[in-house]
Amino acid sequence: MNRKYSTKMLKEAGQGYFFMSPTIFVLLLFILGPIFYAIFLSFHNVRLLGDTAFDFVGLANYERVFDDRRAGIALWNTFKYVVIVVPCQTVLAIVLAATLNAGMKGEKFFRIIYFLPTLTSSAVLTLIFMWMYNREGLVNFGLEKIGLPTYDFLGDPNVALTAIMVMNIWATAPFFMVIYLAALQDIPDSLYEAAELDGAGPIRKFWSITVPHLKPITSFVVIMGVIGTFQLFDQSYIFSGGSGGPDNSTLTVVLLIYQYAFKSMNTMGYAAAIAFVLAIVILVSTLIQRKLQKEENLY
Amino acid sequence: MKKKISIGRVILYVILCTYALVTLIPFLWALSSSFKPLSEIVSGAINFIPKNFTFDNYRQIFIEQELFPRWMFNSVFIASVGTGLNILFNSMAGYALARLTFPGKKSLFIIILAVLMIPAQVTMIPNYLILREFGWLNSYQGMIVPSMINATFIFMMRQFFINFPKELEEAAAIDGLSRIGTFFKVVLPLAKPALAAQAIFVFMGFWNDFMRPLIIMTDSSMYTLPLGLNTFKGQFVSYWNYIMAASMVFTLPVLVIYAFFNKYFIKGLSLTGGK
Repeated sequence: MNRKYSTKMLKEAGQGYFFMSPTIFVLLLFILGPIFYAIFLSFHNVRLLGDTAFDFVGLANYERVFDDRRAGIALWNTFKYVVIVVPCQTVLAIVLAATLNAGMKGEKFFRIIYFLPTLTSSAVLTLIFMWMYNREGLVNFGLEKIGLPTYDFLGDPNVALTAIMVMNIWATAPFFMVIYLAALQDIPDSLYEAAELDGAGPIRKFWSITVPHLKPITSFVVIMGVIGTFQLFDQSYIFSGGSGGPDNSTLTVVLLIYQYAFKSMNTMGYAAAIAFVLAIVILVSTLIQRKLQKEENLY
Repeated sequence: MKKKISIGRVILYVILCTYALVTLIPFLWALSSSFKPLSEIVSGAINFIPKNFTFDNYRQIFIEQELFPRWMFNSVFIASVGTGLNILFNSMAGYALARLTFPGKKSLFIIILAVLMIPAQVTMIPNYLILREFGWLNSYQGMIVPSMINATFIFMMRQFFINFPKELEEAAAIDGLSRIGTFFKVVLPLAKPALAAQAIFVFMGFWNDFMRPLIIMTDSSMYTLPLGLNTFKGQFVSYWNYIMAASMVFTLPVLVIYAFFNKYFIKGLSLTGGK
């Protein structure tokens, strides 16, 4: 009896490992292994020409981050980008979701249209926007029509990053809108009806019922947004042709990592160190966000 | 509730329509530019309906850049095979984590959750060196194998299988099917909606990926479409009619897939976005 039980367990364990084998293989070889490899790299100077060589340099790569002017610029650009894009896209997403959820006709139609940017690749979106941001392009045409100054969005370091921000808010908000829409469906109608009996208007209802009920989802959306925006790469790469220009104004941390790792000689270890700094920054900001959320919930 | 003040409704419709326009204008502008001759592009005239409507751009991009069909094939191949493997392996792992007992299961699950927190940039550089060591740079397997599982969807499939009725599997076991047979013949076919949702997101992930092919594929014949598009832009700097035509060709397949799988899409989002 006992023996039979253990062969059954053994069999199940075997099946378990069989089912897990592809996952374990990729986890070890392409995720866990590389994490340790990356730690190793970040303490070494890596030379790729001829035979790959590693020279131990201790913390030098990490110290270098603080002396590197371009690293400072990249961090500052990325920080600005996160701080502006995350709140804007979250607010836009929640407003759009609440509007769509108001029981309007043609909701499905609007939803399909709104979802188009989510489906389109970042490469295509960036090219479309570059075409619109052209000196004599559609955006400047529109600005001129309503009497606003026009800009050289692609060439002027003062506005290039803003141009990418606008594009990305436009592109990402609908994705989060759909997440909000699903959550909105769970708010009981009776709450709104009760509020209406108490004489609450639509704006009051939005602030007192919709927003508080969506808090857990908002927390999720903000964390996803922070993680995503910190990793901005495709758009600034295509926008600047890989340089982060004009005048480093679209240089992001990930673009800098890419440049140091693959575009300049002997700086791969340094790139690995910056990647760890970025990972820690992302981790800390998500933890702070969680903490703030918890404190707010006490009220 | 239904007889609301109509002013409120009008305002809501105005918001909805304005934003629909904001969303559509870039696409319409790109579409219209893709049907214009170069002379109309450089003239700087702003008109959404082309004055000299032409299909030439769509023909020319295939002539000017003979690698275009190759890039399309690369993209389709990598995305399809990658999606197929992901569906299979993520479901297998999710099933094992939900249903089977084996030593180390808990730590594996925790590792998979932890992996979700690690930004891709950390593993990107070592992965490049590993693929280089394998001789997998500029190869399909270099793009597919490191991404043939996905922690998010393993987690999603685990949640799905936890709520999956056990009775069906028990009945299959009584009928003499093995565990593996049951999984492939009974469980997977019934998990179709979850698989479809997963398939769409994984496919889009592969199809739209820019950074990994940029690092792994240096030989232009191995480019995927996003990379090709970027190169194409470099070659035809001010030929926006070509660039927009190429962009439209590239966007179409995803739109078609979306049209077919629309309902799974929303479901998938609530599965990934929920908890």
